[in-house]
Amino acid sequence: MAMTITEKILAAHAGKDRVEPGELISAKLDIVLANDITAPVAIKEFDKIGVPGVFDKDKVVLVPDHFTPNKDIASAEQAKMLRDFAKKHELTNYFEVGRMGIEHCLLPEAGIVGPGDVIIGADSHTCTYGALGAFATGVGSTDAAAGMASGEAWFKVPEAIKFVYNGELSKWVGGKDLILHTIGDIGVDGALYQSMEFTGEAIRNLSMDGRFTMANMAIEAGGKNGIIEADQTTIDYVEGRAQRPYKVYKSDEDAKYARVIEYDCSQIEPTVAFPHLPENTRPISEVGTVEIDQAVIGSCTNGRIEDLRLAAEVFKGHKVHKNVRAVVFPGTQQIYKQAMAEGLFDIFIDANVAVSTPTCGPCLGGHMGILAKGERSIATTNRNFVGRMGHPESEVYLSNPAIAAASAILGRIGSPEEVE
Amino acid sequence: MDFQGRTWKFGADVDTDAIIPARYLNTSDPAELAKHVMEDADPEFPNKVKEGDIIVADKNFGCGSSREHAPICIKAAGVSCVIAKSFARIFYRNAINIGLPIFESVEAGEKIQEGDVVKVDVNTGLITNVTRNEQYQATPFPAFMQQLINAGGLINYVREKVNKGGV
Repeated sequence: MAMTITEKILAAHAGKDRVEPGELISAKLDIVLANDITAPVAIKEFDKIGVPGVFDKDKVVLVPDHFTPNKDIASAEQAKMLRDFAKKHELTNYFEVGRMGIEHCLLPEAGIVGPGDVIIGADSHTCTYGALGAFATGVGSTDAAAGMASGEAWFKVPEAIKFVYNGELSKWVGGKDLILHTIGDIGVDGALYQSMEFTGEAIRNLSMDGRFTMANMAIEAGGKNGIIEADQTTIDYVEGRAQRPYKVYKSDEDAKYARVIEYDCSQIEPTVAFPHLPENTRPISEVGTVEIDQAVIGSCTNGRIEDLRLAAEVFKGHKVHKNVRAVVFPGTQQIYKQAMAEGLFDIFIDANVAVSTPTCGPCLGGHMGILAKGERSIATTNRNFVGRMGHPESEVYLSNPAIAAASAILGRIGSPEEVE
Repeated sequence: MDFQGRTWKFGADVDTDAIIPARYLNTSDPAELAKHVMEDADPEFPNKVKEGDIIVADKNFGCGSSREHAPICIKAAGVSCVIAKSFARIFYRNAINIGLPIFESVEAGEKIQEGDVVKVDVNTGLITNVTRNEQYQATPFPAFMQQLINAGGLINYVREKVNKGGV
């Protein structure tokens, strides 16, 4: 019986030869993740279960990244709960400020997640790790608590949608544009409860950073997971990082899909999602005049080295528009160091761009770039819901890093082609 | 068991940032979170909602973040249950895990008007619109999920399993 990559990984972790969509299974977990917003609730629930310790001290990962470095006393108290829990349970993978990064940039970089894994995380963008050919999905704190105690979670095996990306990408088009285009096509619940399998020539030619961006936003189409089969690009990335043995799974050619959707990538322009849903997409040529007050470049979606290089390429020799403040958030300390070594920070700072330590900060309206009433931001982040980056009457427009940088220079949403 | 209460109606794709904005997530205290329930969808909602009221919404309720604070603050605000045409996946899971009753019904999401008084039979999922004298049937839960609900949520379920030496 033919299976998709997601079905194969779930079957292997449920101790079964095969599984079918709709089937309820209990699967062994390779990693359970939580952050400084979700772990406090998970820790309280974990304590209610009454087990002496976590199922595996190497496999429970805590990353305080949302309100850190702590923005106020209340968030400091929350982060302290993680620190105390990590000490008490001798967790190997607790990442303090200075060692931490944005969780979904950090875990792949540190080799904590790899191909063939089953990962749950109390953060909806846990689906990012699907880019490695793993099954990774976001859950709530209670699911994370149960996973931390038992090393297992229940899942309904999802149906899958196969997305085939054909052709070559145009200049300034990347993983962000492919995924925004896809969400614009199928809608914010277009893949509800389903697996999104990204395939095709354009995906094979996409770098790991671009693949992470795509899998990251599967949740914005309602997807249970986004997944890309591991290939040589994946292996090259994983080798030398992986902390555990990994396994490459591939979909059978005759695997069953609920839908197959094909795109001609040569027709996809840089894409911008207008407020207040990621599905409200427009190609850059149809954006019109949208003046901005802020540009945010970074996040678990676009805070990797390639994203920063792309932004720097556009900023080089230019200044941020006088009406705009621009902030760059590298995803991890390693990315920060690399960007510094490559001279990207000189370019940013000369362009009047502020460079921050890694944090989720403004993406969720936490800190470090909150919008006032009526203000607009272009952002390389993943959500543009009402009030997402600050005041309920502010607006967020989502784009790739090149468009965000060009917009910061122009003072309005625009393309690098328009930058003189 | 039945719930009966006044309904408050919301549109499609109500996201978890609208249910509980991240600016309030520096605490996980349910009573504190409840003061801001649904604030970015309707700023007056925290003042208007009463114990036993019912939220009714269009499709994809609770999309976005995995924050369990969303169903927690709805429950802590006294809302007895949520009825929607469909729920986003993580919200659905979280609601069941923490014991916030939810019911999926396209017809109910369509026909119930704000202010209608509605009765919900928790065991059968039969929704009676007392105001309009109509009935709608919610999608039944799979058996395993019904087990979780009967156990009073995931933690109770796992605790029972642990005590039986199942883990």
